Amino acid sequence: MAQPERPLSPFMQYRWQYTNTLSILHRITGILLSLCFFVLVYWLAAAASGPERYATALAALGSPLVVPLLLGGLFSFCYHLLNGIRHLFWDAGYGFELPVARKSGWAAAIGAVVLTAVLWIVLGASLGGAA
Amino acid sequence: MSLRSPLGRVLGLGSAKGGSGHWYSQRVTAVALVILGSWFIASLVMLGAGASHAAVTGWLHSPFSAVMALLLVAVTAYHAQLGLQVVCEDYISDKGARLVVLVALKFALVVAALIGILAVLRIAFGAQA
Repeated sequence: MAQPERPLSPFMQYRWQYTNTLSILHRITGILLSLCFFVLVYWLAAAASGPERYATALAALGSPLVVPLLLGGLFSFCYHLLNGIRHLFWDAGYGFELPVARKSGWAAAIGAVVLTAVLWIVLGASLGGAA
Repeated sequence: MSLRSPLGRVLGLGSAKGGSGHWYSQRVTAVALVILGSWFIASLVMLGAGASHAAVTGWLHSPFSAVMALLLVAVTAYHAQLGLQVVCEDYISDKGARLVVLVALKFALVVAALIGILAVLRIAFGAQA
């Protein structure tokens, strides 16, 4: 006997669209930012341990393998910040209308890319100036 | 008054924990982190990437920066714990494994937060090894 039709979990049948993309991106960037927290603590602890330890930490953080991860961390910060503000507006009961939600979604995504690029260029310029 | 059925309570089904308190704390820490996170990124831009040891310690010698940094470390650890807990609860279905991961996450974040707080205090009070 064939099984009667059973309801499927939402994730089995929902079409992939911008809403769930932005939602899962919020989670992924949140997890990455949690990892960045440990980097922040490492940096602070190195600074507290004196100039030699700090220099070692700075060299480790500036190594070619780590710098792309820091760029990812910066993007995670920018996206999680902007999309988090979007979430706070929703929690307060604003911005649920589809056209508004679509616009704020685009604003968070594009804003995060632009903000990341601007901050990366500014930070990179400061590095060039120091060297 | 509880809306949970006696059977559900005995079986431990449904929300048996402090769900709304968790939700509310997540939002309050989020609002705080909008300010603290923006302050930290602005500070990084002012200090510059690859800032010298003297620049970083000088920055944290200011009482304002030290307090902001302490808040950043403490609130970030709490917000991360709340967020990672939700992720674990969503994706780890095995109750034993979930408990182990949640406790391990709490331990790791508390230890990291205390290391960060101690580091900021050592710099703020000028104790440089």
